Amino acid sequence: MSEPLVTLRAVSKHYGRAIAVNNVSLDVFEGEFVTLLGPSGSGKTTTLMLIAGFEAPTSGEIRIRGASVVARPPEKRDIGMVFQSYALFPHMSVFDNVAYPLRTRRVPSTEVAERVARVLDAVRMSGFAGRYPRQLSGGQQQRVAVARALVYRPSLLLMDEPLGALDKKLREEMQSELKDLQRTLGVTTLYVTHDQQEALALSDRIAIMNVGDVVQIGSPLALYEHPATDFVAGFLGDVNTLDGVVAGAETGVVRVEIADGIEVTVTTAARPSAGKRVRLTLRPERLDLATIAGGVNCWRGLVRGATFRGELVRYDVELGSGLVVNVSRPYRGQETIFGPGQEVFVRSRPDDWRVFG
Amino acid sequence: MSARSTWRQAGLLVGPALLLLVAVYLYPLGRLFVLSVGGGGPGGAGLEAYRRLAESSVYIDVLLRTTRISVVVTLVCLLAAYPVAYVMTRVGPAWLRVLMVFVLLPLWTSILVRTYAWMVLLQANGVLNNVLRWLRVIDEPLRLMYNETGVVIGMAQVLLPFAILPLYASLRSIDPRLSRAAQSMGAGPWRRFYSLTLPLSMPGMATAALLVFVQGLGFFITPALLGGSRVITLAMVIETQVVDLLDWSLASAAAMVLLVLTAALVVGFDRLVGLDRVWA
Repeated sequence: MSEPLVTLRAVSKHYGRAIAVNNVSLDVFEGEFVTLLGPSGSGKTTTLMLIAGFEAPTSGEIRIRGASVVARPPEKRDIGMVFQSYALFPHMSVFDNVAYPLRTRRVPSTEVAERVARVLDAVRMSGFAGRYPRQLSGGQQQRVAVARALVYRPSLLLMDEPLGALDKKLREEMQSELKDLQRTLGVTTLYVTHDQQEALALSDRIAIMNVGDVVQIGSPLALYEHPATDFVAGFLGDVNTLDGVVAGAETGVVRVEIADGIEVTVTTAARPSAGKRVRLTLRPERLDLATIAGGVNCWRGLVRGATFRGELVRYDVELGSGLVVNVSRPYRGQETIFGPGQEVFVRSRPDDWRVFG
Repeated sequence: MSARSTWRQAGLLVGPALLLLVAVYLYPLGRLFVLSVGGGGPGGAGLEAYRRLAESSVYIDVLLRTTRISVVVTLVCLLAAYPVAYVMTRVGPAWLRVLMVFVLLPLWTSILVRTYAWMVLLQANGVLNNVLRWLRVIDEPLRLMYNETGVVIGMAQVLLPFAILPLYASLRSIDPRLSRAAQSMGAGPWRRFYSLTLPLSMPGMATAALLVFVQGLGFFITPALLGGSRVITLAMVIETQVVDLLDWSLASAAAMVLLVLTAALVVGFDRLVGLDRVWA
């Protein structure tokens, strides 16, 4: 494998006794789109600021293109940065904003004009060069901020919740635009967000952070399908979390009792001993409802609530003794929609359950 | 509720202050104007007093000197205040409080006291000259008093808070993320300063300049004590006309000149920057 563009080795950041970033190691490779995903206070923005150089690590090593940058100020790290607030210069036109990093590098003015025009074209803001930031909408400001961070072709693009201030529809539009732009330009990108949908949509790899730790790094699919912890399972997508006791284990299969008389058969390589307390997770869309019984992991249930969401219907189904699971069924016009109070059978495949102990 | 009751409320709230203003400010000002055009005097109404002001090289000199001193004091104040205001935006809340006290303390001390203190420091046998001589920097005492240098030093010190406070407010309102953005794009400290901080603090500089310059034009105690009879300013001329020469007409005309000059500056500032930004 080639040398990573950015390397973090055992990087920690302490504020007094509070630990913001704890022993984080991470590699970002050339051309990759990596997202730091986590709830607020998970240390994702601090990690970004450490790489940008606005914060100094308490310990650990940060390298860009193999060279340690810990002692280097942000202006010497060859990074581009997009802030949630956009941080456009209010006293400069769009053109001057985007030209700023080029002029800082003493690029000749004819080349400045050319490159600014090209990058404004790439973000579809060509007609706005003479406008001032206050005359632009949020989405337009966002585009200018991206253009400004890309125009000097930095080795690394850092983005701190860049779409956080936009409304949902615009956010989704900008997501696909950002992704296209990143792929076309091939710029290595490190992205921070707390929005799991955004992380799934944009990233080649996601690093999930929680209270200062990187919990797991992997492709969106790998994280979704094989979460390392129940935190990851719960943070990336919706999940049913059920606690139970191991009733028995054979090769590749474990049986877990989650309530009186309700046993789940789970496919897993782990072989926990009988009587051990474990936590099970299952995605709502991996549960199905039926009017007839059949197969393993089939239990009688009572529909408590049903929410029609258009392309899917979400159900709260009680399995007895207060145990309620969320079920998400696709709706394509043919499927039966169950109503509250209806008796159903809840079915799931052993492969879809995950065990954490 | 209705527009009328809103107006009545506003009238009740503003009324007392307005009455006071009319009684102790606008009315005397009107009287001054009448006096300046010779109203009530033996010669009848006319521009006689203004003609005397305009034709006398003494008064022209005084006006030029007053303006010059104000300009220099304004420049000195801006240069001295900017770093202080900048530091105030950079320090933590505890240090900010300390600095704020040091900025405000002089404002709560009588100008007379502060000017006498400057006399102790600046006179030929004063603290400053003695220290410089003791350090053998100079052989003869520097003339720091009874000239424009002394007046500028004293006035700049007295007026400094009026430059620091608006500059501080202006610098504090600059989004610190702008500087970070510039830094990420490769801009070093100097480039960030002259491309961001300086232009974005222009309204603060304009406000500081206006407050200092306008006050400087009408300054009396400090130039009178530190400048003495060698550095006559417009305010001193007015005082002499009224107290010693009893020439109310000429004094009023000089006061009107000062008033019009000040008003023109304020109006010009309002057009360029906006008066609402003075305290924002």
